[in-house]
Amino acid sequence: MAILVIAEHDNSALKGATLNAVTAASRMGDDIHLLVAGAGCQAVADEAAKVAGVNKVLLADNAAYEHQLAENLSLLVAELGKDYSHVVAPATTTGKNFMPRVAALLDVAQISDIIRVESADTFVRPIYAGNAIATVQSLDAIKVITVRGTGFDAAAAEGGAAAIEAVGGVHDAGISAFVGEEMAKSDRPELTSAQVIISGGRGMGSGENFALLEKVADKLGAAVGASRAAVDAGFVPNDMQVGQTGKIVAPDLYIAVGISGAIQHLAGMKDSKVIVAINKDEEAPIFQVADYGLVADLFDVLPQLEQQL
Amino acid sequence: MKVLVTVKRVIDYNVKVRVKSDNSDVDLANVKMAINPFCEIAVEEAVRLKEAGVASEIVVVSLGPKAAQEQLRTALALGADRAIMVETDEALESLTVAKLLAKVVEEEQPELIIMGKQAIDSDNNQTGQMLAALTGLPQATFASELKLEGGKALVTREVDGGLQTLSLNLPAIVTTDLRLNEPRYASLPNIMKAKRKPLDTKTPADLGVEVKAHTQLLKVEPPAERQAGIKVDSVEQLVDKLKNEAKVI
Ligand SMILES: Cc1cc2nc3c(=O)[nH]c(=O)nc-3n(C[C@H](O)[C@H](O)[C@H](O)COP(=O)(O)OP(=O)(O)OC[C@H]3O[C@@H](n4cnc5c(N)ncnc54)[C@H](O)[C@@H]3O)c2cc1C
Ligand SMILES: Nc1ncnc2c1ncn2[C@@H]1O[C@H](COP(=O)(O)O)[C@@H](O)[C@H]1O
Repeated sequence: MAILVIAEHDNSALKGATLNAVTAASRMGDDIHLLVAGAGCQAVADEAAKVAGVNKVLLADNAAYEHQLAENLSLLVAELGKDYSHVVAPATTTGKNFMPRVAALLDVAQISDIIRVESADTFVRPIYAGNAIATVQSLDAIKVITVRGTGFDAAAAEGGAAAIEAVGGVHDAGISAFVGEEMAKSDRPELTSAQVIISGGRGMGSGENFALLEKVADKLGAAVGASRAAVDAGFVPNDMQVGQTGKIVAPDLYIAVGISGAIQHLAGMKDSKVIVAINKDEEAPIFQVADYGLVADLFDVLPQLEQQL
Repeated sequence: MKVLVTVKRVIDYNVKVRVKSDNSDVDLANVKMAINPFCEIAVEEAVRLKEAGVASEIVVVSLGPKAAQEQLRTALALGADRAIMVETDEALESLTVAKLLAKVVEEEQPELIIMGKQAIDSDNNQTGQMLAALTGLPQATFASELKLEGGKALVTREVDGGLQTLSLNLPAIVTTDLRLNEPRYASLPNIMKAKRKPLDTKTPADLGVEVKAHTQLLKVEPPAERQAGIKVDSVEQLVDKLKNEAKVI
């Protein structure tokens, strides 16, 4: 049986996380169908059809799916999912929102946030904020899976030539409605796909001081992240949070500035290739995972760093 | 309005778990346990709704071993009115928890259900959404603001790109994110009072739900340990190492 992957998109472009989910799916089997559900999203389907390894694109284009409301989307995916061996989505806030509903409607478990595929029914996932790694076997006929992007390389965005098939029938539960959104605008790379990330913590002292980080980020072409403490203190918006309950990242270079290294923060970044810690407290736990540590005042270091890059 | 809140007993968030040497699971013997932080936020939100005159009664539910009564008592001390303990020593998967909760919802008929977005042990992030599907109710996950207006729940959610606001028909299910509120501490008089608040115990059989395994835990291993690297003395040295040794810039 084939594998159904649910594409993540904003009705105009495919989101990168979809490509990691396609790679994960390709380890479970080789007949991969990609569902694009949204409104006015033909362009996304066209893009999806080109993804290497995708055999078919299903397009459900209807106002009911415009904002990916979990109530509506889960009804659609559960109905389609009955004919698949696996239903797979990225473990983004969208995937985390609707996929458990799909699992419950299908009366199966969801295996969340997998980082490895051992076989078609056995998956590896972190638990306890990444302090333990569990290998879990599914006993269900249909496997509902969300994929942690950092665990899998992105599938090639070009090279495929899948047919696009329209899906009929509309599911509108009519019990929830989209009111509005405030999306952070940034010219920087997205945190989850950036090669370099520089993150600030409570030690930054204020939102204004994040300008010091941004100047370094500009030099490095880096994304800017934050600890929960920096978000809670109102220095920066929530979408910048890295950690167990924020974004999971694994760039080539992660620079932690004024971040102590709580386990919840480490859970989100300790798979980065190279970690740099800048902290004035030499006992800070972040140094235990850092490849290069600099014990110094960040207000001295950041301007120097900007200059020397 | 009646509000139902779920609280899970989990390892204290400050404790770093260890994996058992036979790799069968993590070792929870003699580990400090607490209310899941997100559930604490759920209780706090309900208590604030009661203080604002919006909620009339707060019922807290926990499922699992008898020891979870401790967390229910804490929730009662924080301001919940009564508690339901669904007791079992069997391992509960999220789908089973959701099925049991669906029965409790059927019996209690709450107008609002507040749950944590994620249990910090399983890191599943799914039970609230599953309960919503089983009961056919609308959901707002990862809530950072909750308002009840004109018979609807207006919820702001923390999503990857920023914030999103949804309007839900009631009854509805809301799962909490960290910024929703800052939970209070229980006062000593309230802890004493909580001991006399009603706590009902049921079993999965009482609720007519079979505890079934949908997954099998094959093994649990410690994560690959990172070795601490070196300390550099200056920004020059750092830049040099990143360029010439790590070659990442
Ligand atoms: C359920 C739960 C989930 C959580 N999820 C997350 C999560 O996803 N992500 C996350 O990050 N946190 C999360 N947290 C919070 C986490 O436990 C920590 O509280 C948080 O990570 C601390 O942030 P911080 O390191 O910025 O602040 P602190 O721990 O206060 O550290 C600040 C650091 O800055 C240093 N510093 C101060 N001034 C300077 C200076 N001038 N120069 C250099 N260094 C300086 C200090 O030495 C200190 O080490 C979660 C907590 C809970 C309970
Ligand atoms: N055994 C349980 N007892 C009470 N609440 C639970 C239980 N399991 C899950 N929950 C609730 O569901 C939320 C999400 O859990 P999970 O889906 O396991 O991450 C938790 O924050 C709790 O509010």
